[in-house]
Amino acid sequence: MTRTIETITFEDAVRFISLEADCLDHRDYATWLGLWAKDGIYAIPIDPDAEDFADRLNYAYDDAAMRRMRVSRLTSGESMSARDASNTLRSLSRFRMLDDEPASDVRIRCAQHLVDYRRGAYRTYAANVTYRLRVEDGGIRLAEKVVRLINSTDALAGMSFLL
Amino acid sequence: MTSRDFDALVLPDRVHSSLYRDPAIFEEEMDRIFNRSWVWVAHESDIPKAGDFLTTHVGRQPVIVNRDRKGDIRVMVNRCRHRGATVCEARRGNAAGFVCPYHAWTYSQDGSLRGVPLPKGYKDFDKAEYGLVQLRVETYAGLVFATFNHDIEPLDTFLGRAKPWIDLFMKQGGGFPVKTMGEHRFTFPGNWKIQLENTTDAYHFPIVHKSFLTSLDNATEDLFSFMDAGGYVEDLGNGHSVMVMIPELVDLDDNLDADIPDRFADIAEELRRDYPEEQVRKIVRAIGGSGFNLNLFPNLACSMAFFRVLRPLAVDETEIRHIAIGMDGGPDIANRARLRLHEHFQGPMGFGTPDDAEAWERVQRGSAGSADPAWIMVNRGEDKTAANAGDVTAETGMRAAYQMWKRMMSA
Repeated sequence: MTRTIETITFEDAVRFISLEADCLDHRDYATWLGLWAKDGIYAIPIDPDAEDFADRLNYAYDDAAMRRMRVSRLTSGESMSARDASNTLRSLSRFRMLDDEPASDVRIRCAQHLVDYRRGAYRTYAANVTYRLRVEDGGIRLAEKVVRLINSTDALAGMSFLL
Repeated sequence: MTSRDFDALVLPDRVHSSLYRDPAIFEEEMDRIFNRSWVWVAHESDIPKAGDFLTTHVGRQPVIVNRDRKGDIRVMVNRCRHRGATVCEARRGNAAGFVCPYHAWTYSQDGSLRGVPLPKGYKDFDKAEYGLVQLRVETYAGLVFATFNHDIEPLDTFLGRAKPWIDLFMKQGGGFPVKTMGEHRFTFPGNWKIQLENTTDAYHFPIVHKSFLTSLDNATEDLFSFMDAGGYVEDLGNGHSVMVMIPELVDLDDNLDADIPDRFADIAEELRRDYPEEQVRKIVRAIGGSGFNLNLFPNLACSMAFFRVLRPLAVDETEIRHIAIGMDGGPDIANRARLRLHEHFQGPMGFGTPDDAEAWERVQRGSAGSADPAWIMVNRGEDKTAANAGDVTAETGMRAAYQMWKRMMSA
């Protein structure tokens, strides 16, 4: 974030979450970690209706420490699945602000269509993603990202990437 | 294929790779093992009230597990007796009965046929002959098993020497009953027995799960570095086996005076507000689960802190469920800690499961190299000497499972 901002507009939000998506597809995990607010939560629930994640089982329910460990695992070379990780390409679309903007704390929802390629096979992961963005120190930080896979209650395959 | 052929494919110390690859063997397995053995279908806490049901499979057959009005647990084939449609597609719920969506044949909670539309179109129709097909059901310590084989030995006898280990495993309720708390469900492109073996394979742990070990605090990493910690594997009969990785966590009621690990210190402090010290220690000690994996042939494992359930889909495709368990009526903070531990290792985004799945997939792919000798070796720790008798990495549990496999396939 080069320019100092006080509130987040629709365009700011879309630009920010596009950057976040680009970091993940290009495995720029160091930049990705830096996009988060210190108390940010990254959640991938199983229950499609879940709003509160602490008391139920999720695919991921990460605070800052867990996110750092997750990135270490994907990059350290110690994980045999991550060593041969998928290539991913995600498209974000159908953006909708869930709060009035501009504001210093906003939620935006979009559709995410992710294609995963590994060992000659494509898989797709379709999800509704909700981001909560907050202004901190003149820049935008990710306070919460919730990825709701449309097939979250079905059997999935091992993932060597982040949704 | 004759029984004799199966004998030749399973030797005491090795099994033939066609057991992972041959579709004809897979068909025989579904018939001779999954249609004839006791198969785990649910935990009692999944269906606590009358009318509660879930749908699952016994082998490849769709079944409904429900609790009827009288409180009896029933397992019934999820197939209308008219033209074969499933009568229920919900994964779980509560229902007064089941109505086939095709022609509205209506079944009670106990599976009896209650009514059909326009009954006068049938001649000499006796509804009593058209109830949902019932499996035999028995339970042990909350575990619900079912079988199509009405002549099979009682579940109690089938579990045999595994029972005391089930009792030990259930102590992770921390003084409360054990309940299920959701599940991770995933598939891998490989044969079901590759997963069956893995639950009794300590040898892979420090290799495959290096990234998981690195993510732990030092004390916990030490706990999980169990290659030389006095563990062992024991054949419990009928294909069941136990692998003890962390001997001090076999009986969770023992050592309650030991220091509380740093990672649980905050939780203990919070629990002290509501519970006496002895109970705090019992709950805290139960959070991390048991120090062993109990492999129950053919489809369930009581694995440290969760249930592992496998379901063969095809010769080279298997579905695994890792069911989280917790303390029914226990403190939220303890159950939350258990959920986070489960998420840390298990599931398609866990720090452990994707690496396991990768190893299993590699076994399936590599087993295509079937030039003679096409054997899968399970001979580790076979020569029980004083030096290796207590070896946690012995492949004793795999040998036990394959001998049961041979017995059932040859029967």
